[in-house]
Amino acid sequence: MQIEASALSVERGGRIVFADLGFRLKAGEALLVTGPNGAGKSTLLRALAGLLPLAAGRIEVIPASEARRAELCHYVGHADAIKPSLTAFENLSFLSSLLATSPPRPGAPQVEAALARLGLGAVVDLPAAYLSAGQKRRAALARLVAVFRPIWLLDEPLTALDLASQAIVLEIMAAHLAEGGIIIAATHATLAIAAAELALGRPARAAP
Amino acid sequence: MKGLPSALRALLRRDLAIGRRIGGAASLGVIFFLCLVAITPFAVGPDQALLARIGPAILWISALLATLLGLDRLFQADAEDGSLDLFLLSETPLELIVLVKCLAHWLLTGLPLVAASPLFGLMLGLDARALGAVTASLFVGTPALTLIGAIGAALTVSLRRGGLLLAILILPLSIPILIFGVAAAAGAVGFVTPFLILCGLTLVALALAPFAAALALRHGAE
Repeated sequence: MQIEASALSVERGGRIVFADLGFRLKAGEALLVTGPNGAGKSTLLRALAGLLPLAAGRIEVIPASEARRAELCHYVGHADAIKPSLTAFENLSFLSSLLATSPPRPGAPQVEAALARLGLGAVVDLPAAYLSAGQKRRAALARLVAVFRPIWLLDEPLTALDLASQAIVLEIMAAHLAEGGIIIAATHATLAIAAAELALGRPARAAP
Repeated sequence: MKGLPSALRALLRRDLAIGRRIGGAASLGVIFFLCLVAITPFAVGPDQALLARIGPAILWISALLATLLGLDRLFQADAEDGSLDLFLLSETPLELIVLVKCLAHWLLTGLPLVAASPLFGLMLGLDARALGAVTASLFVGTPALTLIGAIGAALTVSLRRGGLLLAILILPLSIPILIFGVAAAAGAVGFVTPFLILCGLTLVALALAPFAAALALRHGAE
């Protein structure tokens, strides 16, 4: 699988966030999107997920498949999509049923295994309202493990995570790349995975 | 529930679980309903014949307002916590997701109102025929109120305080349902004709509202 984007440009509220952006990723490759706050990292990820319309340019997934691009992507944004009144298990098992594309759909064992992989084995049955910010983030990231989708769009995946969890998430990302997956991550931290870098934002003004 | 694809079954289960645990929706609607019904006799005065005559209308107005309560959160909660983005990433069409969310909302707020209406009708001195007619018309009409409300909820999804705007948007659309619902319940022009028109209105809402709401949500997400 490959993803190719060319001449992307996105407009938000009449302002061009970025223009003429392009990249090409093959199976097993990762792209880190970097840049200052407001440079359009999240906007780029949302546009790639199909959640924002493009003002210009095209995004192509090769080989072309019947599924919409959105159905090939995992998108983990700033909002965790975790309902405080449901337990971590209920949250993830709902999201897995929602996002699964091919039968067999992930059952309870896969959901529990995914939560355990992210180190949430002990709080599976706790309402998410009692989880810390980092634990909620991990519950949100657990859907990457529970449901297979080839393209991962991660917006600041390591925010709020402790060092041990960061290492686990990086391991999971490396495993996904080894299986031929594609990762596009917006980040300020340096992620310890082999990745190309796409720097957004206005070029620094040259010193006089 | 067996016939639904598993994603929709999971969504219905989730929304019902959230509604039950937060505990507001169902009981709040019924208590609001009870308040309106309970204060009406004091406002109208001790005239039982008059009360019985306007009883069906009061029950319908109360049900309409009780349905509006909390309707603005139908999609807003999901939009705020990012669930809506994931709905859009699912292979399940957004129209069906909207429909299932409406079903869950009706089961949590509409159905308790229908179940409580014979009791509240009794408090207004309705006779047995009118009690049956009010309950039947509410049973058929409240789903339409939820579905029309879903359009308004989807349009106001990104507004911080969309509740008032929501009411202004959907009240005109609910007027036909109110007219034929009260007509069927009061029985002044017979029961069957207005009841069948009410059924027709509900079916129209069922057919159109999911598409309208899904369209509004897609644009709201941008």
